[in-house]
Amino acid sequence: MNTKIRRLKKKNFSNTFIIIIAVLLNLLVSLLMGYWSYSWLPIQASEAAHYVDNLFAFETTIGTFIFLGCTGTMAWILVFNRAPKYDESNGEPLEGNLKLEIIWTIVPLILVLAISIYSTGVNNKLENLGSKIKYDFGSEVPFVEEKKVFDYGPIDVISRQWNWEFVYPNGIHSSELHLPVNKRSNFRLITEDVIHSFYVPAFRLKQDIIPGSVITYSLTPTKEGVYRLRDAMFSGAYFSQNQTNVIVESEDIFLQWINETVKKEPQNGLNPAGRLYDKRLRNGNRGWATVKPAPDPKVNEVGFEERPHDS
Amino acid sequence: MTIVNYDPRLVKTKNPYPKGPNDWKRFFSFNTDAKVIGIQYIVTALFFLLIGGLLGMLIRGELITPPSDLFDPTVYNGLYTMHGTIMLFLFLFPILSGLTNLLVPPMIGAPDMAFPKLNALAFWLVPVFSIILLLSFFVPGGPASSGWWSYPPISIQNPLGKIINGEMLWIIAISLSGISSIIGAVNFVTTIIRMRAPGMGFFKMPIFIWTVLAAQLLQLLGLPALTGGAIMLFFDLTFGTSFFRVEGGGDPVLFQHFFWFYSHPAVYVMVLPVFGIFSELFPVYSRKPLFGYKFVAIASFGITILSLVVWVHHMFYTGTPMWMRNLFMFTTMLIAVPTGVKVFAWIATLWGGNIRLSTPMLFCLGGLFNFIFGGITGVMLATVPVDIHVGNTYFVVAHFHYIIFNTIAFGIFAAIYHWFPKFTGKMFYEGLGKIHFTLTFIGATLNWLPLHWAGLLGMPRRVASYDPEFAIWNVLASIGAFILGVASIPFILNMVSSWVRGKSAPPNPWKAIGLEWLLPSPPPHENFEEDIPTVLNEPYCYGLDKPFVEDEKFYVEKSLKKH
Repeated sequence: MNTKIRRLKKKNFSNTFIIIIAVLLNLLVSLLMGYWSYSWLPIQASEAAHYVDNLFAFETTIGTFIFLGCTGTMAWILVFNRAPKYDESNGEPLEGNLKLEIIWTIVPLILVLAISIYSTGVNNKLENLGSKIKYDFGSEVPFVEEKKVFDYGPIDVISRQWNWEFVYPNGIHSSELHLPVNKRSNFRLITEDVIHSFYVPAFRLKQDIIPGSVITYSLTPTKEGVYRLRDAMFSGAYFSQNQTNVIVESEDIFLQWINETVKKEPQNGLNPAGRLYDKRLRNGNRGWATVKPAPDPKVNEVGFEERPHDS
Repeated sequence: MTIVNYDPRLVKTKNPYPKGPNDWKRFFSFNTDAKVIGIQYIVTALFFLLIGGLLGMLIRGELITPPSDLFDPTVYNGLYTMHGTIMLFLFLFPILSGLTNLLVPPMIGAPDMAFPKLNALAFWLVPVFSIILLLSFFVPGGPASSGWWSYPPISIQNPLGKIINGEMLWIIAISLSGISSIIGAVNFVTTIIRMRAPGMGFFKMPIFIWTVLAAQLLQLLGLPALTGGAIMLFFDLTFGTSFFRVEGGGDPVLFQHFFWFYSHPAVYVMVLPVFGIFSELFPVYSRKPLFGYKFVAIASFGITILSLVVWVHHMFYTGTPMWMRNLFMFTTMLIAVPTGVKVFAWIATLWGGNIRLSTPMLFCLGGLFNFIFGGITGVMLATVPVDIHVGNTYFVVAHFHYIIFNTIAFGIFAAIYHWFPKFTGKMFYEGLGKIHFTLTFIGATLNWLPLHWAGLLGMPRRVASYDPEFAIWNVLASIGAFILGVASIPFILNMVSSWVRGKSAPPNPWKAIGLEWLLPSPPPHENFEEDIPTVLNEPYCYGLDKPFVEDEKFYVEKSLKKH
C-alpha cells in the first residue's frame, strides 16, 4: 500500500515537473515570437505604427502561447495515448469536470476583455478619423471644418479608377503625396467613382473612401522615406495598378518642394492603368468588360511610377 | 390550439413516384428520400469543388510572378470572383446540406425529413443556379468580377450597358441559392424539433444535431437580409433604382451592412456543423465520452447568438464611428469564448483516450490544429488597430482560408470518410485516404501560411499583380495550391473505386455509438421504419455503463441480419 502511494506521489511529482517545464518553455518561445513579430511588419513610419506593432506583438505572444499549449497537448496525446494495433478498448471514461469547464470559460473571457480594453486604448490614442459628411455626388465637395488640431492641410486626396491625385491648399496638383515629417497632416478623402481605400502599410493606416461622402483624416509621418500608397478596396479591372508613392521629407525640403512645384506647368500625371488600357485596345480589346480608366490627371508634379521604395 | 405530438413510428413518407427508378438512376430523378438527396448534394458539390479548385489554381498561376502576365486583369478579376462564389455557394453550402440530409434523419431516428418534396426542391435549385452562374462565363463582357462581396458601386457599373450581363446572372444565382438554403433551413429545423426518436430530449441529441440546429436557425435569421440586399442590387443594376447608387442619393455602405449581416454568420453556418463533426468523431476515435457535453451543446447556441452581432468588424475602416468599432470589436472577441470552450473540450476528450489515427481522425486532428491557428489570427483581426493595417490584405485571405478550407473542408473530408461505409455499404481504402490527408495538409499549409506574411507587409488582396517584395510568399503559396490540386486525385480515386469495388462494410465498422450505427449499411429507405429505438442517454458513453438505447442488442442483431 505504502509503495503504491509512494509510486503515485512520484508520478504526480514528475507530471507536475513536466508541466512546469513545458509552460516555461512555451512562455519563452511565445515571448521570442512576440519579439520576432516586429520584423514581420514594414518600417514604422507614422505615429500609429508603434502602437499597432506593440498590440500585434502582444497578440502574437498570447496567440503563440495558446497555440503551442493546445497543439503541444495534442502532440503529447498522439505520442503517448495511441492505441496499439487491434486494441479496441475504451479510454478513460471522463464525462466532464465542472470546475475545469468554468475555468476555461472564464479565463478566455478575461483574456479577450483585456485585449479589447488594450485595443480601445490604442483606438482612442490614434484618432485619425475625422468627420464623414455626405454630399450630392458629382457636385462641389463641401469644405469640412476639422475640429482636431493639425499642422498642415487639408490636402485633397482624390481617388479614381485608377489613379491618385493630391491637391494641396495652395493649389498644387501632384501624382505623388509629399508630406512633412513629424507634422500632423490633414486630408479630405474624396472619390470620383467607386469605393477606394487609402492604405499606406508603413503608416499602418487604412481608410475607405466612400462615394457621396467626404471623409477627413489626419496622420503624422515619423520617418523620412518613400512609401507605397496602395488602393486596398477592390475597385475594378486595373485595381492592382492603383498605387502611388508617399514621400516623407523634412519640413524644409517639403516647403522647398511646395515653392518649386507651384511654378511648374500642369502636365499629364501618373496613370499606369490608362497605358495598360491603351495597350489592350491596340491588341484588339480582348478580355472581359471594364469601364474606361479615368483620363490622366493634370498635375504640377508628375513623380515617378517606378521609384525605389522603403516599404 | 393543442399541438399533436409527432410520432415518427406512425408516419411513413410517401414516395411520390412509386414507379420511380431504384438503381443508380434515382440520383438523377426528383427523389424525395433524404439519403438520395444527400448524395446528390455531395456529389454535385464535389464536382464544383474541382471547378472552384481549378479556378483557384489559375489564380495562383497568375500570382506566381509579380507582373500580370498570364491573363488580362479583367479576366483575373472574373476568375477570383467566380472562385469565391463557386467555393462558397456551390461547394460548401451544398456539401454541408448534403451531409445534413444524410445524417440528420438517421441520427435522430426519423424516417425522412419533415418536408421531403421541399427537400428535393431545395436540392434541384442547386443545379439550376449553378448553370445560371456558369452561363455567365459566356455572356458578353464575361462573368461577375466585383468579388464575391459584389459591393456597389463597382458591381453596378455594367461597362457594356447590356441588360443581360455577368453581374445580373450572379445576383440571380445568389438569390436562388439563398432561397434554396432558406427552404433547407426550414426543413432541418422542423425535422430536428419535431421528429426525434422517443426519449431523445435536447440534451440527449448528438452534438452534430445541436450544431445543425444552431446553424440552420442562423440561416433563417440572416439569409433574408442578404437575399433582400441582392434583390435591391438587382434593381439598381437592371432598372437604375438608387438603393445603393450614389448618383441618385443611395448609400453604397448600406449594402455592406445587408451583406455582412448574413455573410459573416454564414461562416458560422458552415463551421458549426464541422464543430459537430469534430464532436462526433473525437469520442469515436479516442474511445472516450465527449468531455463536457452540455457545455459544448450550449456553446453552439452561444456562437449563433453572438455571430448575429459582429458584422461591422468587416467595416472597421468604412468610416464607422469609434463607439461602433469598439462595440463590434468586443462582440467579435467574445465569440472566442464559446469557441474556446469547444476546442478545450475536444482536447480534453482526446486526453487519456485510446487514439486510433484512421483517415477521418487525421482530418479531424488536422482541422482542429488549423482551426486553433485560424482562430488566433481571427482574434488579431477583431482588434481594430491591427485590422486597420491588415484588413483587405492577404492576411485576411490567409485567415479566411485557414477557417474555410483548413478547418471546414478538413471537417467535411473527415465526415465523408467516417460515414462513407454507412451510406454506401462499402469500406474505403485507408492507404489512399492517408495519402489524401498528407497531401492536403502539406498543400493547404504551404498555400496559406506564407500569405499571412505577405499581408502583414501590406499586399492587398485581389490584386492581379504586385510589388516584387511579396514574390517569395506568393511562390510558396502557388506551390501549395498545386499540391492541393494533386491531393484531389487520391480522394476521387478512393471514393469512386471504393464505392464500385470496395469491401462491403459492416453496420458499425468504427464501433461507434449513435442511432445511425444501429442501422444496416446502407440504411433502408425509411431508416428504422416502425422499430424506432427509445433513447436513454447521449451517444458518447464510451467506457461507461450507460446503455444508449433500450434493447440495444435487438437493434444490433437486426442490423447484422439485414447486412
